[in-house]
Amino acid sequence: MWIYEKKLQYPVKVSTCNPMLAKYLIEQYGGADGELSAALRYLNQRYAIPDKVIGLLTDIGTEEFAHLEMIATMVYKLTKDAKPEQMEEAGLGDFYVNHDNALYYNNASGVPWTASYIQAKGDPIADLYEDIAAEEKARATYQWIIDMSDDPDLNDGLKFLREREIVHSQRFREAVEMLKEERDRQRIF
Amino acid sequence: MKKAGISMNEFTQRKYYRPYVSPFDPCPPIRVKSYETPPQLYLGFQPYNLPQFKPQQALYCGTLWPALFSPYEGKYWGRDEE
Repeated sequence: MWIYEKKLQYPVKVSTCNPMLAKYLIEQYGGADGELSAALRYLNQRYAIPDKVIGLLTDIGTEEFAHLEMIATMVYKLTKDAKPEQMEEAGLGDFYVNHDNALYYNNASGVPWTASYIQAKGDPIADLYEDIAAEEKARATYQWIIDMSDDPDLNDGLKFLREREIVHSQRFREAVEMLKEERDRQRIF
Repeated sequence: MKKAGISMNEFTQRKYYRPYVSPFDPCPPIRVKSYETPPQLYLGFQPYNLPQFKPQQALYCGTLWPALFSPYEGKYWGRDEE
């Protein structure tokens, strides 16, 4: 069960109406390494993993939904009140035909989100390594979006999100170390 | 056998844990579950001059080095009570 706080994890500010940037940013919304994939991947892996890492997956999976909400806000603001001609110029003509100015879970090329983006292998090491890889890929995606963006206010939020990927990667790596430890064996320092 | 700061006996290739079992679980509970922790998790950058299998044995094992060999004889299904 979740408790909802009606505020964003980090403030989102967008300086210019820029549908082109929205098209790129939606990669982190409905792309393979986006926040939706991350949240669903982690929360789903919790059921077949040693008890001591379930809490970590719950916490990070939940935070990914907070990130998803930030991305949604950014995409919404970048395209809010954009005219059909502006959407078309940004390469979002087909998106507009399908969705008006609504949001949709697809990647930067318009491919809809699919569950095959995520995996639950049941092997704890395999699952955690996928999670680490996903964090690194998301970090890289944020870098390339920042490179494409000339909106300093938007980039401020994106830099926050990139940093969170780094922290999550570190936590997953620590989880692997916990699973590598010998239970009931004395640790010598 | 000491190599790269770890000896072969310092880690096991399978770990066990006791998952939470609810009094209302419909299937008979498996009290002890396991997962595999193969040797590449521990080796780091492979050091030079590790001991080697004989060529014939290496072909069967899939690796030249005992330090990388991970036998897998099927999943551990646990016992009713440990």
